[in-house]
Amino acid sequence: MEQTSILKEQVAPGAVMDTFQYDNTIVRNFAIASVVFGLVGMLVGLLVALQLVYPELNFGIPYTSYGRIRPLHTNAVIFAFVGNAIFAGVYYSVQRLCKTRMFSDALSKIHFWGWQLIILSAAITLPLGFTTSKEYAELEWPIDIAITLIWVVFSANVIGTLIKRREEHIYVAMWFYIATLVTVAVLHIVNSFELPISFFKSYSWYAGVQDALVQWWYGHNAVAFFLTTPYLGLMYYFLPKAAQRPVFSYRLSIVHFWSLIFIYIWAGPHHLLYTALPDWAQSLGTVFSVMLIAPSWGGMVNGLLTLRGAWDRVRNDVVLKFYVVALTGYGMATFEGPLLSLKNVNALGHYTDWIVGHVHIGALAWNGFFTFGMFYWLFPRLFRTRLYSKSLANAHFWIGTLGIVFYAIPMYWAGFTQGLMWKQFGPNGTLQYPNFIETVNAIVPMYALRAIGGTLYIVGLIMLAYNLVRTAAQGKFLANEEAQAYSRGVIKQNHEGDFWHRVLERRPVRMAVLALVAILIGSAVELIPTWTVKSNVPQMASVLPYTPLELQGRDLYIREGCNACHSQMVRPFRSETERYGEYSKAGEFVYDHPFLWGSKRTGPDLHRLGDKYPDSWHYHHMLEPTSMTSGSIMPPYPWLVDDKLDVSNTADKIAAMRTLGVPYAPGYEQKANADLQAQAKQIAARLKDAGIKADHEAEIIALIAYMQRLGTDIKKAPASQP
Amino acid sequence: MIRNVLENIGGIEIYPIISLTIFFTVFSTMLVYVFTRKKKQMDKMAGLPLEP
Repeated sequence: MEQTSILKEQVAPGAVMDTFQYDNTIVRNFAIASVVFGLVGMLVGLLVALQLVYPELNFGIPYTSYGRIRPLHTNAVIFAFVGNAIFAGVYYSVQRLCKTRMFSDALSKIHFWGWQLIILSAAITLPLGFTTSKEYAELEWPIDIAITLIWVVFSANVIGTLIKRREEHIYVAMWFYIATLVTVAVLHIVNSFELPISFFKSYSWYAGVQDALVQWWYGHNAVAFFLTTPYLGLMYYFLPKAAQRPVFSYRLSIVHFWSLIFIYIWAGPHHLLYTALPDWAQSLGTVFSVMLIAPSWGGMVNGLLTLRGAWDRVRNDVVLKFYVVALTGYGMATFEGPLLSLKNVNALGHYTDWIVGHVHIGALAWNGFFTFGMFYWLFPRLFRTRLYSKSLANAHFWIGTLGIVFYAIPMYWAGFTQGLMWKQFGPNGTLQYPNFIETVNAIVPMYALRAIGGTLYIVGLIMLAYNLVRTAAQGKFLANEEAQAYSRGVIKQNHEGDFWHRVLERRPVRMAVLALVAILIGSAVELIPTWTVKSNVPQMASVLPYTPLELQGRDLYIREGCNACHSQMVRPFRSETERYGEYSKAGEFVYDHPFLWGSKRTGPDLHRLGDKYPDSWHYHHMLEPTSMTSGSIMPPYPWLVDDKLDVSNTADKIAAMRTLGVPYAPGYEQKANADLQAQAKQIAARLKDAGIKADHEAEIIALIAYMQRLGTDIKKAPASQP
Repeated sequence: MIRNVLENIGGIEIYPIISLTIFFTVFSTMLVYVFTRKKKQMDKMAGLPLEP
């Protein structure tokens, strides 16, 4: 490398290089965990995909029903597969970029085992139905606290390493890591404000519109700062490593970094276009999403052009092949993101499988393929050997790429088809497909094809696992890798004209603070007005708090993950008001802790479900969905009929809601259960009239009460409070 | 709760102006910063991952 720079490096006379060791064990452990949990998470993904084709694969038991294990799939692939891969790559690159061992081996170990414990607790609690319902933040409050603590451990370890580094300069990959550390902490803490009711139940601090905005500020930026910025950091390290040439433009990487973290944080409201969110916030989301294409593509181009003059090597080097597809996938997903943020495109794509296709381009190509390339590069180095089989890795590349194609195309097809069918009017001005189930049955073949794509991708992952195991077996693991470098300060530098560089780029803590400021500006502009300005959420006099039975029913709705397939947000389109009824208003959700707007309509919207069908319809439908809707792919919920509703926590729930600002009268919690029983008996009596012998204490009674309440308040005249 | 504590921000109208100003300033500063860096310094930074 160029050594005679303006920095004029000179080693002080008599200086001796330090000899030290890199910790490879922590890298290996995170990599193994990533592959293992990747397999588990993707197999669960395959199961949920197949459940949409063969509903009997829900097995008729609570723990494997779609609503509960779909979050298990998303959490496993995001936080276990991708999370562990990030940590493997970060621990490898941070040590080498800082020319020092990690700050503390103990912190590394606590981080590793703590994170695996969190994953394990997620794998247990989600199927049990302990969930907050907020997407990618489903884990309940004790686990949220554990995540916070482990994240602090990780951050301290990385910042500590930066502080004791031997290398004077902080490479751009480190900036991306620092931004990740700071922002994930802010996102996780703000979105996880919740009031505990018991050890495994809490209510979101925010309600309705505010909760939705905070959640999608979080959800969008979880994509930004968990699935993107750490991977961009990894790209800036591992791509030049594999290509054996420096990044195309370092200047571009600086522009990339600051513009990406600054713009990304504003774009969250694009998840809520045409909802009851105030219009100004929706526009803000759209504008910043469109702007976001510039830094995203800047980063992609910077990565791809790093291979300039080395394209011939892409043919032979399987690692580079994976990286090229990863970057291409990143480019596709970040082009599609702004596209979907345009209101007219979003009107068609939102709630459909288009979104599922979109996120899987990001997940399978960008995160997945980058991870695979990184592991194929890392394992031979960690185990001091060659990759066991290049041809197997090549086969993995092709089968994985085919898997992505077979996954994405059916999802786009399904998304367009269903989106168009929802909106189609016949010649006489009525909906062409008034039965929602028609639009589902039209795309079930696409669900089947998607499962084939997913299977191919998993087969590829199994090939990777086998290849890496054999690589490890034929090599010898180098736990502590010896290295040498001068201490910081030994190399004399001429700092002429270097003032700003020193001020900005050699101070990790200052860098962290600046990154924090950059992401807080957008967050503040987006969140504070919605929290504080009353006119953003118009009050409606007829909207009242839920009755105790409805509140319990709502918690069952959350437990079963109904929001995974059903939205509660009728958008202001004629096609939706024709199908569902009056469009949803912000003021209708003021007592919803948490909001349950959903993000996908595998089944129809439920916001105007109340009073649409008799109680008996719901009873039969929950017990056997196909008995009411021929061809339904919804799983049956027989346990709701068998299990008794737990009413021991009713008083606590009412009191908690009052703390959160829901106007239950003082002392109401004392008589809440009496009201609950009375309402339950009314429903049981109505069911009896319809010829159904139902226990009024069964869970299904509470769920029916909630579903019959949905969206009915605005039809009523203002009444007195309960 | 938080909305009850803060309830109303005085002069919320100035928010968009402030955000635009911050946005413009941050970006101009960054671009000036980036394009005044010396090429050799950039090359040295870009070479860091290639060191053993």
